[in-house]
Amino acid sequence: MQTESLLKEPVNLIITGVGGQGNILVSEIVAQTGCRQKYNVVVGESYGLSQRGGAVSSHARLFRHQEYGPIIPLGKADIIFGFEPLEAVRQAVDYGHKNSCLIINSHPVYPIGVRRGKNKVPSLELLFKKLREIVAEVLIIPATKLAGQLGEAMVQNVGMVGALAGSGCLPFRADSFIEVIKKVVPPKARALNEKAFYLGLEEVQKIKSLK
Amino acid sequence: MERVGNLVGWQDIVREEPGKRVLLNGNEAMARGALEAGVHFVSAYPGSPSSEVTDVLAQVSENFNFYVEWSVNEIVALEGAAGASFAGLRALCTMKADGLNVAYDFLTSMNLGGCRGGLVLVVADDPFGHSSLKEYDSRFLAAAAWVPALEPSTVQEARDMVKWAFYLSEQIKGPVMVRSVTRVSHSRGIITLGDIEQTVREADFRPTRQFHTFTRFHQEVRERLKQAEELFAVSPFNFSFGAEKADLTIFTCGPGWLYAKEALTSLQLEDQVKIVRPGTPFPLPKQFILSHLNGAKKVVFIEETRPFLEEKVLAFYALHSENLGQIKFYGKATGHVSGIRGPECGEMNTDIVREVLIGLTGRPYHVPIVSLTKEEKKSLQASLPPRDYMLCPGCPHRASFWVVKSALALEGNNGIVTGDIGCYSMGAMETGFNLFNTLHCMGAGAGIAGGLSKLGAYGFKQPVVTMVGDSTFYHAVIPALINGRWNKANYLCIVLDNGVTAMTGHQPHPGSGKNAVGEEAEVVSIEEIAKSLGFMVKVSDPFRYNQAIQDVLEFIRMPGLKVLIFRQPCALAASREQKRRKVVVRQELCRGDACGCMRFCTAVWGCPANVWDKEREAAAIDPAICVGCGVCIDLCPAGAIVWEGDE
Repeated sequence: MQTESLLKEPVNLIITGVGGQGNILVSEIVAQTGCRQKYNVVVGESYGLSQRGGAVSSHARLFRHQEYGPIIPLGKADIIFGFEPLEAVRQAVDYGHKNSCLIINSHPVYPIGVRRGKNKVPSLELLFKKLREIVAEVLIIPATKLAGQLGEAMVQNVGMVGALAGSGCLPFRADSFIEVIKKVVPPKARALNEKAFYLGLEEVQKIKSLK
Repeated sequence: MERVGNLVGWQDIVREEPGKRVLLNGNEAMARGALEAGVHFVSAYPGSPSSEVTDVLAQVSENFNFYVEWSVNEIVALEGAAGASFAGLRALCTMKADGLNVAYDFLTSMNLGGCRGGLVLVVADDPFGHSSLKEYDSRFLAAAAWVPALEPSTVQEARDMVKWAFYLSEQIKGPVMVRSVTRVSHSRGIITLGDIEQTVREADFRPTRQFHTFTRFHQEVRERLKQAEELFAVSPFNFSFGAEKADLTIFTCGPGWLYAKEALTSLQLEDQVKIVRPGTPFPLPKQFILSHLNGAKKVVFIEETRPFLEEKVLAFYALHSENLGQIKFYGKATGHVSGIRGPECGEMNTDIVREVLIGLTGRPYHVPIVSLTKEEKKSLQASLPPRDYMLCPGCPHRASFWVVKSALALEGNNGIVTGDIGCYSMGAMETGFNLFNTLHCMGAGAGIAGGLSKLGAYGFKQPVVTMVGDSTFYHAVIPALINGRWNKANYLCIVLDNGVTAMTGHQPHPGSGKNAVGEEAEVVSIEEIAKSLGFMVKVSDPFRYNQAIQDVLEFIRMPGLKVLIFRQPCALAASREQKRRKVVVRQELCRGDACGCMRFCTAVWGCPANVWDKEREAAAIDPAICVGCGVCIDLCPAGAIVWEGDE
């Protein structure tokens, strides 16, 4: 297998969203893909109570030489990969830097305080505009909508992996991801997940071609 | 690939050949360590972040022919493991930090008499409380129990240390603890698989052999600790890194080792600072520590939760300060090493280490954050609504909480609700209508309820309800119920029976009808236990909430201790098995804000599947996450929420 080269060391990626969105599966896919390309990988995950509708984030780090710990330092996330826009912004403010690339599912999951009318939600359009001013790239993917077209909103996460693959942020080819997806997804869900992956990939290519 | 608990890639622990590099999380790695040591007996009670060690061992036990059980609680788990060790077998017992308290009475006793086959305890602490109600440092308990403890920094070391701990335990003939933390247990990293030892052993317990607890054995335990210290000193787990001789030295345990290394790199201090990494915090090898204190002028401590290493090193220094000269210490006890929650709260990270080093060296460092001024950053953060935990869509606990809240409101006597530990601890949060008045540890709710109900002579007249989970019922509630029966307590115990230990990854329990390895098992019936204790017992369905409210009211009004079982399967488990009927909103019946219900379904009931359609300004159901429990159908005052097909 030809090894694809890493742009910098370490590459730091934050996978963020809300408990139950399939974050762990995605951190597994990203980490396994890196591992198969002969990278060292460390991922810090959170689950347990945090899985119950709370904010979750996994920190994934890819490297070749020095070993790194499972938490990315402030301002050091190269890629912020958000399944939920509010959580993506929250992470970007603390962990992003001016060269970060943000890949965000546009579909919000409102916190309980918003649902109860205690808290207000900011305009997502304005948030995205602000993000575009402060980081190098912001890719907004309608991943939940795309997954909905496949009849299963849950696969937004793998659709987002497709977007990550197509963004060029990580030096891994689409088929490297697909190999791993085939391995970690149950056989009966493989076709659906592959479709979701390519929908995400095409969507990000469309966005990039418009720029 | 079959999902096990929270894990998707677990099969790599047995699929690949020795020598292969595989990606595992810390718990899978510790499971592999036990496999490589040829473990014979595994027992555990689940608890984040420890559960997956035994989750995966249960999956592979058949291939390797060893015994695995989920036990009813941690002390029973440890007692079982000790039995295997007494018979000369290798035994592993895993638990979260809180579980060590439950097992502690036996641990401190058994340690006096010692054991035979390697007996290893994996205890996973949860600094920051990612999935726990408290942060806890079990190293202090290891020290108080005189049990040697190892502390891995990485996933690879987690495997190495568990494997080696079996060897150490057999050398010293006593139990050995491996202290993990969330950032080891729930981190994924690459490890190189080792050979799996084939330790075919016969269980051998001769009538002449004795394992007793007597005070006179204390000296033997001291000797055992000395022997452990000697073996620790020659183990590969204590090392140093960076400058050979340095004024500034970092002493670190656990994941702090990698944070310290990254902080040095980012400040280009590798050739000026030394890192000392003892992996064996108790008993801490004295000569190793003293040799690295020698020549140091400033010492920084980086460790998880409490200043354990710091206190031990300070004690060594106190005895040898004459030879060591003046050293200044910077740690949690001194208040210098602190995260945002303060010195002994939260978890370590590279940023904390770097800040301390900048303070001591004056090195410049530019945090490469996004280009926002402090004020802009603050206002952007303030615009983001906070995200509290939420019960899952269709969670039966939400219905149970609503039933109890409604019943107590109807009763009108300021009823008190004592809570307990599980997913349903969210009864103390917004998503559980802030129902719980108390929340502590497993079994506490029933004991507190019993105490409150005996305060009549002091003027306490409120009804008392305790809500306990099914797994918690077996684990810790039964003694409190017996106590209540005996002492004529007067409260209602509601058992939230969802069929599994849900919070920790859906492990089976005595009521599940199957055991850890998936075999059919006798159902230990909650209602039969409760009936046999002489209580009035009823099984109720929280999804039929009008009836359930009547049941609660009826039971509250009865004198004495009563047991009501709210039975509905965990929504997460149920949704994996089958899709239920679809729920929809009849748009012509939902009048939105004109209804006067104050958006009951979204704003009050608050199931994540009940959403507000902004465009239509009316209620809607999110079909992607609705599991079809149908409770909101009964709750909607306008009757606008219906089963699909009933429109």
